[in-house]
Amino acid sequence: MSNSVLIAGLLILTALAYQFGLTRSRAIANGPVRMHSRPGYYGLLVALWCGLPALGVWLAWFLFEARIVEYMVLGQIQAEVGVLDGQQAMVLLRRITSIASGIGVSDTPAAYELAAAETMSRLWATSRMAQVGLMAALAMGGLIWALRRLTPTLRARNHVEKVMSVVFVLCSTIAILTTVGIVFSMFGEAMRFFSFVNPIDFFFGLNWNPRFSTVGSGAQGDFGLIPLLWGTLMISGIALLVAVPLGLMSAVFMAEYAPDWFRSTAKPLLEILAGIPTIVYGFFALVTVGPFFHELGQAMGLQIRATSALTAGVVMGIMIVPFMSSLSDDIITQVPRMMRDGSLALGATKSETIRKVVLPAALPGIVGAFLLAASRAIGETMIVVLAAGNSPVLHANPFEAVSTVTVTIVNQLTGDTDFASPQSLVAFALGLTLFVITLGLNVFALYIVRKYREQYD
Amino acid sequence: MNQEAQAPRGALEIRKRQIESSLQRRHRTERTFRAVGLAAVIMGLGFVALLFATILAKGLPAFWQATVTTEVFFDPAVIKVEARPVRAADENPQQFRDRELAWLNRLGMVNWNRIIEDTLITHLPDAAEKRPLVRQLVTSGERFKLRDMVAADPGLIGKRAQVELLADANVDVWLKGNIDRSLDDSQQQLRPEVRAWADELKERGVIQNSFNTSFFVNPDSRSSLASAGLGGAFIGTLYMMAIVIFLSVPIGVLSALYLEEFAPRNRFTDLIEVNINNLAAVPSIIFGLLGAAVFINWLHLPLSAPLVGGLVLSLMTLPTVIIATRSALKAIPPSIRQAALGIGASKMQTMFHHVLPLAMPGILTGAIIGVAQAIGETAPLLLIGMSAFVATLPVTPLDQSAALPVQIYLWQGNELRNFFEARTSAAIIVLLALMLSLNALAIWLRKKFERRW
Repeated sequence: MSNSVLIAGLLILTALAYQFGLTRSRAIANGPVRMHSRPGYYGLLVALWCGLPALGVWLAWFLFEARIVEYMVLGQIQAEVGVLDGQQAMVLLRRITSIASGIGVSDTPAAYELAAAETMSRLWATSRMAQVGLMAALAMGGLIWALRRLTPTLRARNHVEKVMSVVFVLCSTIAILTTVGIVFSMFGEAMRFFSFVNPIDFFFGLNWNPRFSTVGSGAQGDFGLIPLLWGTLMISGIALLVAVPLGLMSAVFMAEYAPDWFRSTAKPLLEILAGIPTIVYGFFALVTVGPFFHELGQAMGLQIRATSALTAGVVMGIMIVPFMSSLSDDIITQVPRMMRDGSLALGATKSETIRKVVLPAALPGIVGAFLLAASRAIGETMIVVLAAGNSPVLHANPFEAVSTVTVTIVNQLTGDTDFASPQSLVAFALGLTLFVITLGLNVFALYIVRKYREQYD
Repeated sequence: MNQEAQAPRGALEIRKRQIESSLQRRHRTERTFRAVGLAAVIMGLGFVALLFATILAKGLPAFWQATVTTEVFFDPAVIKVEARPVRAADENPQQFRDRELAWLNRLGMVNWNRIIEDTLITHLPDAAEKRPLVRQLVTSGERFKLRDMVAADPGLIGKRAQVELLADANVDVWLKGNIDRSLDDSQQQLRPEVRAWADELKERGVIQNSFNTSFFVNPDSRSSLASAGLGGAFIGTLYMMAIVIFLSVPIGVLSALYLEEFAPRNRFTDLIEVNINNLAAVPSIIFGLLGAAVFINWLHLPLSAPLVGGLVLSLMTLPTVIIATRSALKAIPPSIRQAALGIGASKMQTMFHHVLPLAMPGILTGAIIGVAQAIGETAPLLLIGMSAFVATLPVTPLDQSAALPVQIYLWQGNELRNFFEARTSAAIIVLLALMLSLNALAIWLRKKFERRW
């Protein structure tokens, strides 16, 4: 709460600084000398000088304060408790924090804990005071300094634009930082997982039975990736069997046959499917499609479970149809008119033209779309969580329940997670696998599209 | 000579027939191909229709819920509390607050269930012997409604007032026919007496199906299922939406501006570009893992908080916003930039005074569609702890909260299937309505401000 007050105060001060700069520069501009920039830029410059350094201080505190305080507190009581591992330290710190904040703990705290709590609250208070003081000093200092520098020859616009261009670069690096964050966090946690479980057992193990996470290391389960990967591939395969023919054929129909009025109504309607959240598909699969398949199976004398690879696959396929069809539509309409005209002039029918001329010309793009669709199917989560039945067993029957990589990530990381047991760390190893697979598919798709794209005219 | 002429004519005849039959075959293939295409489109559209029809059919009834509308007597013999404390002249605020809290506490201890039972017994005289059973007609959370009424207006004690009490979830199920009425007693969720009373009250109009506003304002509940609502989830989603808008839109627009207009073509910008395209295709659950590792495990931000959810969703939406902004910027003709630069504007001024305002409709459309996608996302939220059950309405973005898609996930797993299936569908309707109205806004913006050069 106090943080938001600080930020709000800083914002108000910055707004005031802008106003000061503006009035000051207007006053100067009314004089005999011509200003270099328009008054607004002087206002902005003063505001930046006032706001930015203080914001930097706030950010530094926000990121490092807790860590430093905890480190110092732990350092103080090291004599009593010795060196702790991450888990124990966290438990102890939580106790000390709740004593320090006045909530207290259920049992009587030891003397060293009380002392530590005292140190902690003292440190917090000091640090808060230092933060507020430093921020206020920097904001006021920046404000005054910038106001004093405000002269007609100051190239305010150039300064402001320089700051803006730095902000631009910072914003664009966020995308890189995200990727770096994904790779590093997953890689780091996956490495911790591999310190518990041999990577060979993970990547080639045929059994998935992680047991429950227990504090400390008790009996360890089996962490074999293969059943999960197999389930993922089976469901994605079914999904693609549904999505590719449906999506491709509707794209062909929309692009080549449909009259304009039909195209302009049907296309947005079909695209609604793309906007529906996957949890809705999951629920639909669970309450409608699954029971329907089950009864269909009974009528045909087949044993089909309501939550099975088939249910999840079919519904996921329908989810991917608009994706597949809009990608293929774009590609088909890009094939030049001349090629169609040439084929039609030789006497081919429209469908022959499409099958023998248009589609082959569009093939690289369609393969790319297929790969992107596959990557979507593999990474899809909620439909599978609800409709695939979650049974990580290796079998080839699509009418039975399966489990996938994504479902297992959700299962292992929801509920009470501690980040020290292989049971939850395995989620990061699975995530890394998933990331590598989807990244590979995406890159491969781009490569195919680039390499085999025909350049017309 | 005659024979010579006939032979080629025969061959021609044969050739012609061959061509005709092959033409027939080719035209048949043509028609089939076309029909298959049409069938594919119709299947897709049919699925849209089926999905919406199912969800609406299941969900709409849940907006109306069995409600007991009755006159309640606030019996002073049961509500044994003194008048609400008034602040004395010589009392400081703290003392007064303490006294007031103590009074509210005593009010909370009143046997409100007894009031509800008495009320029901006035309608059902034969139920007087079976108090614990008759209480089952009204959902357990409604006693707090009576308490809050008295707390707000202590003058009610000793008076009668018209009150609407939500019926129990099982009563709602029974009256709506969502359970097979012919099942025998051992499989029914309610005792035979309660079922008979429910039917009787329904017939007399005491229990009515009335529009359920508490569904939209209440938080989730496990003890009083009939009053479980979407309020908390809705606030959580709104917070996340606000965070996504405030983070991903400015950052996305600025980085798109940089990449499209300022960046030199070099390795660094190529790297950023490849990155953005890849991030757009990374499965959402990976962003959830990132959130769990960085925001929860490393930065120790609170579990289940809309702030963390908003941050994760912002990272996820960023590529969408960037890609949409870039294509909007590409559509602005270079002549605009040249004109501005030609009369002496700096590059920044050109961007912010001319290019960006002209690209705004396209940017907004892309951003809104990105936000709409983000609020429907479930998987990343589950990984940052938002699957927790939260029975309070969040006040700040740091409080525990649910979100609409997560609430759907939680409700679909509830054991009381025949009640929560409708509730889940109703929650889906709310989510879809929110998303569709966002999309409609985007389409309207595009239609209204779109400009062709």
